[in-house]
Amino acid sequence: MISIEPVAAPDAPLARRNPVAKVAAALVFSFTLLATLDPVAPAIAIALELAVLPLFGIRYRVLARRAWPLMLSAAGILVTLVLFAADRSGRVLLDAGPVLVSTGVLMTALGLVLRVFAVALPGVIVFATTDPTDLADALIQNAKAPARFAIGALAAFRLVPLLGQEWQMISMARRARGVDAGRNPVAKLRLFTSTAFALLVGAIRRGTRLAVAMDARGFDAGTPRTVARRQHFTRADALLIAGAFVLAGAALTTSILLGVFRPLIS
Amino acid sequence: MLLGPSGAGKSTLLSALAGLLPEDSGEQEGTVEIDGLDPRKGRERVGIVFQDPETQLVMARCGDDVAFGLENRGVPADEIWPRVDEALHRVGFPYPRDRHTAALSGGEQQRLALAGALALRPALLLLDEPTANLDPAGADLVRHAVAGALDADTTLILVEHRVAEALPLVDRVVVLEPGGGVRADGTPEAVFAAHGAALAAEGVWVPGHPIAPRAATAGPGELLLTADRLGLPPRLGSTDLAVRAGEALAVRGPNGAGKSTLALLLGGLLRPGSGRVTASAELAGADHRTPPHRWRAPALARRIGSVFQDPEHQFVTSTVFDELALGPRRTGQPETVVKETVAGLLDRLRLARLAAANPYTLSGGEARRLSVATALATAPRLLICDEPTFGQDRRTWQELVDLFADLRDAGHGVVAVTHDADFVAALADRTVTLRRATDDHR
Amino acid sequence: MDNTTKRWRTIDIVVASVIAVAFGVIFWAWGLVWSATEGAFAFFPPAQTLLYGVWLMPAVIGGLVIRKPGAALYCETVAAVLSALLGSQWAGTVIPQGIVQGIGAELAFAAFRYRSFRLPTAVFAGALTGLSAALFDFFVWNVDYALTDYRIPYALLTIVSATVIAGAGGWLLTRALANTGVLDRFPAGRNRALI
Ligand SMILES: Nc1ncnc2c1ncn2[C@@H]1O[C@H](COP(=O)(O)OP(=O)(O)OP(=O)(O)O)[C@@H](O)[C@H]1O
Ligand SMILES: Nc1ncnc2c1ncn2[C@@H]1O[C@H](COP(=O)(O)OP(=O)(O)OP(=O)(O)O)[C@@H](O)[C@H]1O
Ligand SMILES: [Mg+2]
Ligand SMILES: [Mg+2]
Repeated sequence: MISIEPVAAPDAPLARRNPVAKVAAALVFSFTLLATLDPVAPAIAIALELAVLPLFGIRYRVLARRAWPLMLSAAGILVTLVLFAADRSGRVLLDAGPVLVSTGVLMTALGLVLRVFAVALPGVIVFATTDPTDLADALIQNAKAPARFAIGALAAFRLVPLLGQEWQMISMARRARGVDAGRNPVAKLRLFTSTAFALLVGAIRRGTRLAVAMDARGFDAGTPRTVARRQHFTRADALLIAGAFVLAGAALTTSILLGVFRPLIS
Repeated sequence: MLLGPSGAGKSTLLSALAGLLPEDSGEQEGTVEIDGLDPRKGRERVGIVFQDPETQLVMARCGDDVAFGLENRGVPADEIWPRVDEALHRVGFPYPRDRHTAALSGGEQQRLALAGALALRPALLLLDEPTANLDPAGADLVRHAVAGALDADTTLILVEHRVAEALPLVDRVVVLEPGGGVRADGTPEAVFAAHGAALAAEGVWVPGHPIAPRAATAGPGELLLTADRLGLPPRLGSTDLAVRAGEALAVRGPNGAGKSTLALLLGGLLRPGSGRVTASAELAGADHRTPPHRWRAPALARRIGSVFQDPEHQFVTSTVFDELALGPRRTGQPETVVKETVAGLLDRLRLARLAAANPYTLSGGEARRLSVATALATAPRLLICDEPTFGQDRRTWQELVDLFADLRDAGHGVVAVTHDADFVAALADRTVTLRRATDDHR
Repeated sequence: MDNTTKRWRTIDIVVASVIAVAFGVIFWAWGLVWSATEGAFAFFPPAQTLLYGVWLMPAVIGGLVIRKPGAALYCETVAAVLSALLGSQWAGTVIPQGIVQGIGAELAFAAFRYRSFRLPTAVFAGALTGLSAALFDFFVWNVDYALTDYRIPYALLTIVSATVIAGAGGWLLTRALANTGVLDRFPAGRNRALI
């Protein structure tokens, strides 16, 4: 089933930090790392990420389950690079027409795969520990995001699990009417499209009703809103962001000192 | 209390009173005033609860949802939580504030929505069919909560199709005329004494005008479908059941007992988690060795028809005609037969006028009739309906009872999941009552 | 266009968010129904570009339905935040990426001063989101691939796919939605009644 609730222990020391700080830290960390294409900096970064994992209250098994699509991407990168690598230097290990495997290609692949993991993991970790309500509250109170938009988006997020159930309902309704695709992929695609359309129509109708219900309770009535749940942005939160920057910077510096640094734009 | 047949404009009037009519569509005539103010400005003084609780919950946690209105009104932060707790207490809400709204049953959602309106301390409380999809016990609780929440300076306007149970809450009845105007206005006794029979004929539920039951004309026939220790944890506990031809079986039970789940399992739409569903050779012919959920869809549609709790989920095409033609076409009927079948159904269910309309634009009653008609189009031997009468006025209700009774008397099996005691009394030959499988989990 | 119509109503905000969220759920269901293709795509990313446009649809549809400044950007951003919350493999980076893609469509609608929402505008919006998406990938993800054999064809395919699927497809989808009556409270739905 589809769910947007956090999967981590909520009172772990870093999971407890302000959501805006957590997201900012993840973005800072990821974007600093994007600057290089070498394998060393991402390898260090991954080690750091795995080391702080317990502080976010996430178990390694849970992370593995959340991050498994990354494995597929890794395999995809390898295949694509073998076919289309820019740098085909190094000792040739296998050469069959367009397929060329050389040590240079393998080094590049290693760098890219590690890079994908290193850049994606901070986001996976942070969003696995963040509750959407807290994120919206913090965006409004600490990041000065417009309240109407943050709350409107939050109200729509509440519909995610409901729409997931609705998808199954619609599929069953079609079967009840004698509509199925069997093994025919074209029929399958058409069935998918029409189910998706029905879902979209139902979702918009729900959204319209929800907006009326929100107005009925004084949303957007012009009165200044008060907040029932306070989010605080403390020095520890600022430190988290700074820490993310320092750690990512340290990974980059190491790769520069080792002489393997390859800037993204050269 | 506001009364009137389906489509008379009851819900529209409530929206107008709450200042919620869209400014940008439709034409407006006349004025509404709340304490001498335009209702758009008087919104502060009005609380409204719509019929469908699921679409009016805004936040993911129950406490936050009640607090939502208070935040919007600018109530100081330290007053919010005491008022939230008070409102939850007044409606008898059984869970702590951090309970997730997605984990509530229909009745609990309804109570939460009511708490959200009460926390604002409205001077005018508007309730649109607040008990329509609740089990009898849940409906009782909501009515008690409403009664307890009213005090000397709160006005209540209530829309209900089923009048009898709600009468103790009200001291005045206003009947709307379809097409505009007020038909009658006065104490319940006076209105029902003067207009009772005429209103009942038009589709208003009037106490003391019972509908004649339609008992079976013959005993039940062959076995069609059997469920052996059928279950789908945690939605449905182990259930045994048999359906025969020429019999109408009612399935009842509290909200969340798994009735809809059972209907889907019997209809061959869900894979059973435990136990099994067996179709007899009478129903399935050569296929009776495979369970219904493994049948190909066209074969399933010819044998078992399902009507869902939400009619909109069932619509696949863009016109009423195509909607009805779909089933027969998929089961390989020639086009002339399809046309005949569709014309017959359109006639029978008063939908002929709407043949070219888009199914999504139908009113609630029409959508319900269409969803029943689509299931009938393939002439299945067994018909399974989930809440076929919910939110219907008296006239549609009566038509549905007659339709199901005719089917049963023609040798079809009918299974109806319902909270509607009148419907059970009028139609059912036998009743199965489910209990909640996982009471302690919830 | 005056100020009152530029201000977002509650219904604009909620429906824009819901469109984004519904697409998130549809993408999730896509994975469920076509788990086989997901594997195939992962093993050969160029194939994925053919369907890239589907991921960009919320931006164009948001702009066409809501018709307010910022709608395209807002929809694509909310869709990105949602996929991060759902545990998308790209998590954090998907958010800036969504913003970049949203800006593409937003610029197209702004170029017509939020007055035209016809097919050519939609196609233009699709092309510009495609362009911004292609630029992002070109510089951030694809640097190590061969320029002429991979990076440029990949970028061009992304733009074509976005133009056709997100642009023209988004326009057709909006029209189909209007025909069901759910958009009656939006300008996009009111045109239906007039035609
Ligand atoms: N958005 C709309 N556009 C056009 N017509 C509408 C719209 N909403 C309602 N109507 C029509 O207005 C009439 C009154 O609808 P309303 O929902 O107020 O009826 P009601 O008395 O509450 O009926 P019910 O008992 O079935 O709930 C109906 O004929 C309905 O089809
Ligand atoms: N798709 C689903 N996934 C998980 N749990 C579900 C799903 N649908 C329903 N449930 C849960 O299963 C239980 C039984 O649901 P079901 O809809 O069958 O109840 P019901 O008896 O029809 O209730 P009601 O009278 O409110 O319609 C409920 O606790 C419900 O929350
Ligand atoms: Mg109504
Ligand atoms: Mg049910």
